[in-house]
Amino acid sequence: MAELNTGDGGGKKGGGKVRSKKSNPGVDLTAMVDLAFLLITFFILTTTLSKPQSMNLALPDEPKADDPLPPETPAWRTLTIVLGSGDKVAWYSGGLDNPVDGPAVSTYGKSGIRDLIINKKKGVDDRNKQQGADLEKSGITVILKPSEKSNYKNFVDILDEMAITGIKKYATVDITPADIKLLETNKIY
Amino acid sequence: MAKLKMSKKSTKVDMTAMCDMAFLLLSFFIMTATAKVPEALPVETPASTVQTKLPDENLGTLSIAEGKVFYGVTGRDIRSETLKRMGDKYKVPFSEADLTKFALIDGFGVDIRQMKQLIDMKNEDRMKEGTQPGIPYDSINNQLADWIQISRNVTKDLHTKDLDIAIKGDAKEEYPTVKKVLDILQKQSKNNFFLVTGLRSEDF
Repeated sequence: MAELNTGDGGGKKGGGKVRSKKSNPGVDLTAMVDLAFLLITFFILTTTLSKPQSMNLALPDEPKADDPLPPETPAWRTLTIVLGSGDKVAWYSGGLDNPVDGPAVSTYGKSGIRDLIINKKKGVDDRNKQQGADLEKSGITVILKPSEKSNYKNFVDILDEMAITGIKKYATVDITPADIKLLETNKIY
Repeated sequence: MAKLKMSKKSTKVDMTAMCDMAFLLLSFFIMTATAKVPEALPVETPASTVQTKLPDENLGTLSIAEGKVFYGVTGRDIRSETLKRMGDKYKVPFSEADLTKFALIDGFGVDIRQMKQLIDMKNEDRMKEGTQPGIPYDSINNQLADWIQISRNVTKDLHTKDLDIAIKGDAKEEYPTVKKVLDILQKQSKNNFFLVTGLRSEDF
């Protein structure tokens, strides 16, 4: 139906047709390919490959004067991490004047604070299981206290640690003079 | 004796397929490319393992480095309207031409009173290091808070959305500067924002 009639049914072809010489229809594409690859390279190099990543940070509302006091968290369920200078941190469980564990100095990353956070989290979860408490509600609470000598990288690092270790409850709190003293005695302020 | 004839093969390769592919890739890269924009304040962001993508629209970016803070919002309509309202607030008049020109500037870091000189500058001069001293954000002259507040209002009026805020801090920036910026945001009840980071694996 839609095919072209290629001539079989039509009888003989005309005899004296002049055949034009068939020239090679291929074009040399080498230069074109060269150019195309050059442009590809250029565009790959000038393109920002991926959008920058980002991490979410949520802060609480600014406290108002007539706000009710937040409920007390038992000392064994808290872990305070104070960010000092020189990529070092100090940590303790419970209050600083009467700590359950610590204070001690540690570093960032896999070999440093991460094991400690994982262990603490496990410890709190185990104790909650024994007491039959809700793991979600009464899990570990980590308190972050960045000092003035810490930098932004430290802050992001410790927030990243929270994401890696899966800590749900953490808060950034202003540093207290006692914490500064702790950093000073450990020579990381 | 019959001579053995070596069949001469052509050394030419058919380049058609290669050419097709090369141009296909080329068109792909041209279409997806967003050219690198020179930044007024070069910032080296720290790395994290979290992978949240930044939104494309309705985003205000605060760049923090060397104690200076720069600010920029996406969207030309938002930019000019923000500058207009800032001018009204600080009694600095801006012409229509200024507003259009300002809409093309990605990020800036000057006092509102020096904004006119900045707009009149050539593009390459504007990007030179040290030309822009940063937006004042101390308690006496807190223009940064006004910039953020007004751009948020403008976004709400024009796009009926809340402006997302991204903080692009330099890895070596001291925490107090970051804290000040966080406090400004918290005072405006903007409690949720993005920290721009690079990407790394968990073994660091």
